[in-house]
Amino acid sequence: MTIRCEIVSQDRTVFTGDVDIVVLPGAAGEMGILPKHAPVLTTLKYGIIKIRKGGREELFTVAGGVAEVQPDIITVLADAAENVEEIDVDRAEAARKRAEEALSKGVPADTDVYLAMEAALRKSNLRLDAVRRYRKGGMRMPTSEN
Amino acid sequence: MASAREMRLRIKSVKNISQVTRALETVSASKVRKAINAVTATRSYATKAWQVLKHVAEQPGRDSLHPLLAKHTSVKTTLAVVITGDRGLAGAYNSNVIRFTAHRFDQNPVPVKYIAIGRKGRDLLIRRRKDVIAEFSNLPAAPTFMDVSAIGRLAVDAFKNGEVDEVYLVYTDFINMGRQITTVKKLLPLELGGEGRVEEFEQRSSNGLAAAYEYEPDQREILDEIIPRFTALQIYQAILESLASEHAARMIAMRNATDNAKELVSALQLAYNKVRQQGITNDILDIVGGAEALSAK
Repeated sequence: MTIRCEIVSQDRTVFTGDVDIVVLPGAAGEMGILPKHAPVLTTLKYGIIKIRKGGREELFTVAGGVAEVQPDIITVLADAAENVEEIDVDRAEAARKRAEEALSKGVPADTDVYLAMEAALRKSNLRLDAVRRYRKGGMRMPTSEN
Repeated sequence: MASAREMRLRIKSVKNISQVTRALETVSASKVRKAINAVTATRSYATKAWQVLKHVAEQPGRDSLHPLLAKHTSVKTTLAVVITGDRGLAGAYNSNVIRFTAHRFDQNPVPVKYIAIGRKGRDLLIRRRKDVIAEFSNLPAAPTFMDVSAIGRLAVDAFKNGEVDEVYLVYTDFINMGRQITTVKKLLPLELGGEGRVEEFEQRSSNGLAAAYEYEPDQREILDEIIPRFTALQIYQAILESLASEHAARMIAMRNATDNAKELVSALQLAYNKVRQQGITNDILDIVGGAEALSAK
């Protein structure tokens, strides 16, 4: 018994496949979705999506978005999403530095610009955090939740 | 027959034109490649978002779920968002969109307002004396969602405050380099089935009708967030589709123009050679005639 899972970000399809369980960082807390789950529509927080398939686990960072759960399919519409294994640490680090520098120069007058900068910082922190926590030593089971 | 000098000028000007069209073709070819990348990259997200919206629209008691889902009791005004290009020289691309729009909305039972995206569409709509309430032109070559979200907001607001009672989107769907299809899509209120290409592969629970959602955090908040955004996203996607179509149409049109110019040049060249040869023959005849006349004396 599997459930289809599709993760798409705004610029590409990040993951698609039949899986056993998906754990989503829902707005009201982590939620594990098994096949035949009741329909749910939820927003997502910044966090990690965990997908388990036949004993193997895959992890994805997600920077907010929406997930729709139907009994036979989970659709994740992420603002940005990435497989933890694919994260380019150097680029994420550079992005974090850039965002921090920009923010340290003071708060810009334009709220939209400020929000975008803050989002960039949060996103790169999330990616770096995910790499640190989950990638070392290959695929090990995460023991603590964030 | 025209004089040799006139023909030489004509050949030269046709050659010049073919150089321009060839340059435009090359430029469009590189633009179309970028546009295709952009449109295919976002297509899966937009399709999925549309699917989610449709599932939301299938919910029992949808009219009371969110103002953007509610059908207005009487339809008094229609809004059409029409997407064309800023520039011409793209074959029948722009006029196809406008012709399609006229065909679809001229018989509309209620007054139609238009939002024109693209300068060509605006001009053509105004020339046909349509009620254009807003226009957006000079969009960047590779627009981001932020660049065009204002258009979506405008349409959503007009619907929300009752200024218009339904919103349609007219755009050109990019199928491949040789095929682009002018399409109309009903944006608001959301409808099942709808018009145009029903592209999505519907996945729903086996009993046919979608079961009621649980919402997290709560229904109002999540619908408030996703419905306007996903609606704006449909406009964004339509703009990307139209851009790719425009560049493809321009490239094909320019290629045809270059080919035609080549043919014209070779036909003109032949005619010119004949005229030139005729001139030489006449000159020789003159000289021979003159010499003959002298020697006969």
